[in-house]
Amino acid sequence: MPSISRDEVAHLAKLARLAVTEDELDLFAGQLDVILQSVATVGDIATADIPPTSHAVPLTNVFREDVVRPSLGQQQALSGAPEAEDGRFRVPRILGEEA
Amino acid sequence: MTNDLIHTTAAELAAKIHSGEVSSVEVTQAHLDRIAETDGKVRAFLHVDAEGALAQARKVDDAVLAGKAVSPLAGVPLALKDVMTTEGVPTTVGSKILEGWLPPYDATVTRKLKEAGVVILGKTNMDEFAMGSSTENSAYGPTHNPWDLERIPGGSGGGSSAALAALQAPLAIGTDTGGSIRQPGAVTGTVGVKPTYGGVSRYGLVAFSSSLDQAGPCARTVLDAALLHEVIAGYDHMDSTSINAPVPPVVAAAREGLTGDLSGLRVGVVTQFAGEGYQQGVLRSFQAAVSQLKELGAEVADVSCPSFDYALPAYYLIAPSECSSNLARFDAMRYGLRVGDDGTRSTEEVMSLTREAGFGPEVKRRIMIGTYALSSGYYDAYYGSAQKVRTLITQDFAKAFENFDVLISPTTPTTAFKIGERTNDPMAMYQADLCTIPANLAGTPAMSVPSGLSDEDGLPVGLQIMAPALQDHRMYRVAAAYEAARGAFGGPSL
Repeated sequence: MPSISRDEVAHLAKLARLAVTEDELDLFAGQLDVILQSVATVGDIATADIPPTSHAVPLTNVFREDVVRPSLGQQQALSGAPEAEDGRFRVPRILGEEA
Repeated sequence: MTNDLIHTTAAELAAKIHSGEVSSVEVTQAHLDRIAETDGKVRAFLHVDAEGALAQARKVDDAVLAGKAVSPLAGVPLALKDVMTTEGVPTTVGSKILEGWLPPYDATVTRKLKEAGVVILGKTNMDEFAMGSSTENSAYGPTHNPWDLERIPGGSGGGSSAALAALQAPLAIGTDTGGSIRQPGAVTGTVGVKPTYGGVSRYGLVAFSSSLDQAGPCARTVLDAALLHEVIAGYDHMDSTSINAPVPPVVAAAREGLTGDLSGLRVGVVTQFAGEGYQQGVLRSFQAAVSQLKELGAEVADVSCPSFDYALPAYYLIAPSECSSNLARFDAMRYGLRVGDDGTRSTEEVMSLTREAGFGPEVKRRIMIGTYALSSGYYDAYYGSAQKVRTLITQDFAKAFENFDVLISPTTPTTAFKIGERTNDPMAMYQADLCTIPANLAGTPAMSVPSGLSDEDGLPVGLQIMAPALQDHRMYRVAAAYEAARGAFGGPSL
């Protein structure tokens, strides 16, 4: 089995938007390696002829009548916001040096 | 009087409240007092809502006094897992990222409980985002098992089950993604039920792994669990995976089971769940339960489900994959924690710093495992293969149910382990869910009912009963019959 390197864990953390520390990288690299090697055993019985199951219940899209129903008001929707301004969510700058 | 009330079952409390023998306020206050007296040691609750509970109790008492019809569990107190949103009442999911959040809406389960007059005492502790088997992953510290305060109460719903065992509430709500209702039930000597997937609405249940998450009832008796099951179950248009079918008649089945006759019932013992890693006292308790089922008239035989050996690895790919996607919503923008926003940092930097500060180690591990399993180049070998194993497990269940009405196994391989014993070894921790995971992957109902105490350590053991999809009532009948035959096994002293 391929083992997972410290650099790969750093890349995963970046993809997952987790600003992990150097110490965490050391810890997680070892643990993720053990976990991934263990769960890779699914490959032992998962042969090409078996269809995958993504969900226990067969899913079809659910539609409803297009009618107005009560929903959260603006104040309620903003009630948990870290910062709000003029009835909107206030966010940090979204365009940076990379833009 | 107070002491009697906390020992009384939910069914009996409801009868007393509805006949006017005792008020819901008295019953509620007795449980609030018990929480005040014992929760410093147990730490089952993250938030106690005494005011809200007593207000609801008064409403039920007024209705009873006015001679109005009330629903079967009206006035009975309940402990609600902190994974369910409660309007205006803190909902943290055991995570720092939602500390102080007051949801603007009720989960469907919360709404149904309120409409049924059930008294919500407060919110119970859990592993962060329901990821864990011990509640040690709660950002607010672990819950302690009332049977031995140095041991874990199971997880992720350890708070709900500990509250039941500590007589802090006669009813509780849990959620079960890989065993988070059943395993805590087993190690605390209480009843825990994972209904058929889609049987109880997920609306307002903070998502971990959406194809597996299922809310269900927890109680100290099978009948109480059945009564609660019927309150929370049913189709909900707010959950696209909700099953549009009648609720299985679980209360009638539990009452039928109490007559104690299981003649002709075919029970399959899953042979995969024994052997290495299983505690001898757990296996002996299980064998005693098998003997009792036979005495009740059941025909018991072994059944092999070979793919179940691969359920644990499949689960630890599917659940992290779904969680890595679900937890992307915690972006520090719309609700919850935000750190590092000093005016110089970008949204993406603030997002990464917030998630780093707000999530605990197990959540980070699972998000990264999921990110890895879903990434191109690894998808087929990991997530794709896990989905195929899911197919095999569903097929093994279907084959077994051709010959058996229910399947049984121990709920968990060992009794409650010591707090701290497995925290540094994720794979050892994951073993606690060995027997419970297959039912989540197949979407079938399963429950844990106490099979007494292990003869080697005096700690509770759980018997797991599994049934085909939408046949939840079948396992209630078996569990109620077994429970009556088993008799009382004592309780923890606190």
